[in-house]
Amino acid sequence: MEKSNLNEKTIQINSVKFHWSNKSKFKLHIPELSVDKGEKVLLLGESGSGKTTLLSLICGFLTPLSGKIQLNEKLINDLSATKRDQYRSDNIGIIFQQFNLLPYANVIDNILLPLYFSKLRSANISNQRETAISICKSLRLPEDVVNMKASELSVGQQQRVAVARALIGNPSLVIADEPTSSLDTDAQTIFLDLMFSQVASSNSTLLMVSHDKSLSSNFDRVIDMKNVSVKEQ
Amino acid sequence: MLLKLTFNSLYARLLTVGMTVFAISLSLMLYMSVEKLRTSAYISFTDTISQTDLIVGARTSSVQLLLYSVFRIGNATNNITWESYEDVINKKEVAWSVPISLGDSHKGFRVMGTNSEFFKRYKFRGGQSIELEEGNKLDDLYDVIIGAGVAEKLNYSVGTPLIVSHGLQSFSDHEDQPFKVSGILAKTGTPVDNTVIVSLEAIEAIHVDWSTGAKIPGQITPVEEIRQMDLSPKNITAALIGVNSKLQIFQLQRWINEYPEESLSSILPGVALQELWRIVGVVENLLLGISVTVIFTTLIGMTAIIFSSLNERRREMAIWRAMGASPKVVIGLLMLEAFIISVMSIIVSTVMLFLTLYVLQPWIDNTYGILVNIEMLSVKDIYIFMLFIIAASLVSLIPAVRAYWFSINDGMTIKI
Repeated sequence: MEKSNLNEKTIQINSVKFHWSNKSKFKLHIPELSVDKGEKVLLLGESGSGKTTLLSLICGFLTPLSGKIQLNEKLINDLSATKRDQYRSDNIGIIFQQFNLLPYANVIDNILLPLYFSKLRSANISNQRETAISICKSLRLPEDVVNMKASELSVGQQQRVAVARALIGNPSLVIADEPTSSLDTDAQTIFLDLMFSQVASSNSTLLMVSHDKSLSSNFDRVIDMKNVSVKEQ
Repeated sequence: MLLKLTFNSLYARLLTVGMTVFAISLSLMLYMSVEKLRTSAYISFTDTISQTDLIVGARTSSVQLLLYSVFRIGNATNNITWESYEDVINKKEVAWSVPISLGDSHKGFRVMGTNSEFFKRYKFRGGQSIELEEGNKLDDLYDVIIGAGVAEKLNYSVGTPLIVSHGLQSFSDHEDQPFKVSGILAKTGTPVDNTVIVSLEAIEAIHVDWSTGAKIPGQITPVEEIRQMDLSPKNITAALIGVNSKLQIFQLQRWINEYPEESLSSILPGVALQELWRIVGVVENLLLGISVTVIFTTLIGMTAIIFSSLNERRREMAIWRAMGASPKVVIGLLMLEAFIISVMSIIVSTVMLFLTLYVLQPWIDNTYGILVNIEMLSVKDIYIFMLFIIAASLVSLIPAVRAYWFSINDGMTIKI
């Protein structure tokens, strides 16, 4: 794997504070966190530690009460909601834990969906359909799967299609929220191998969330939530 | 792509969406049916009599004169003398006239005395003439021609004998002078269908032994003797008048209304029909109100259905957001769904309406005398449809805004 310039940061978080208005007990404070370009980072943490909230902040779904979140050296928490949406669309591929796909759409439409919202990612591809099929092949999805409805796929296949969708148009950052939790151990290994190879070939940065420490060896770096966040009362 | 995916999403919920479309279509069809019936009833009503320029009767209100002379409802306040009638029809402005004599009945159906001009001059539905379905015209003094409704309800055919009763609810029959059905008229959808038509002479004949509304005790003139008598009418109830030039109508009307020998009224049938329609228009507005309420209720129903599906679709919304869709796009998607559902409902309801009308048109015409025209959608219909689509889209804003807040708050955390 070719590692990019380590000084170039994909994610840079400084003194970020956040709390839900309806959850008075939960408070997230991250003094400092950064992820280099091309790095594969595993974010470990127990349930309720704030992993998914952190991802929502990085993706621009939420804005911190204070602090700075920079993606590719661009301060995103000062952007308007519309611009954050656009920035997410242009720069981040997202893989959810499960139910990643629009069940009524076919595989190819699911994969090409981000390109509808991002001219930038769309411009990175000359032939969208062929590229989507090519990624599917690389992820070892059967050839006929592209025209199938997402709801007709197995869970493992759906997760691989989600990887294809996250990677289409080469976003700089791929965020995966416990994508292997619904897979058995064998399928997990295969899935991670395929995801890593595709992330590497598109030169993207990977930030994956999990509570499974056994996955640590597969990543360049492991960040434990309890080491980056400060507990506040 | 958004449109394709929205269609796919709707197709994936085919049963729910199908039932929603069906429910909305039914209510839209109800609205359009009421509207169609309303306009058709109005046209049929105002076409009850056409090409008649004036109706003349004894001094009364225009609506009352119209009611008894055309619709056979109620009674005339008075008759007009034959001399007055002749004075009127001898005016140079008068092109033709039809005298009408009312007062008697047969088994609840009004008996109308007239002459052969009635069959030539009485027009309905924009100029249609009445025609004999079977039998002959009034050749004999005791011949009657019955309307299609009378024939159907009393199961009469040509040759059936009948007795005319004196007055409308009298127990006195003119049984000494039986009539015979000589002809049956084709269906007109007008009060003519429920009329028993005899000659003016026949009206005189059956009243030979009557004086001031009562039978002269002990007097029974033999029919053969009556046939030899001079049966020229002395009074009539009303007259339909046609003028040579439309420009002369008001001049003639004023002359009749100011006729010095007898108190007469002359009315313009079209104006009186409009006046009468305004009176019965309350029902029309009521029907319209019910239809609009049904549509409104259906819109609420559609909103409820979109609402109820929101929770289970939060994951779907999260996927859209993750792909970069703004909350506005999420709102747009739901409004697009409502738009598609309403357009589909309009198409389905229109098809259902035309199919229903095609099947029921003859029955409505025969039963109620209302000819419902199966014609292309009017500008008003299209206007109503556009209003409906706008209303549906606006109503869908309620669940859409809810989805907007879901999508903002959920982020990557979907609590389902």
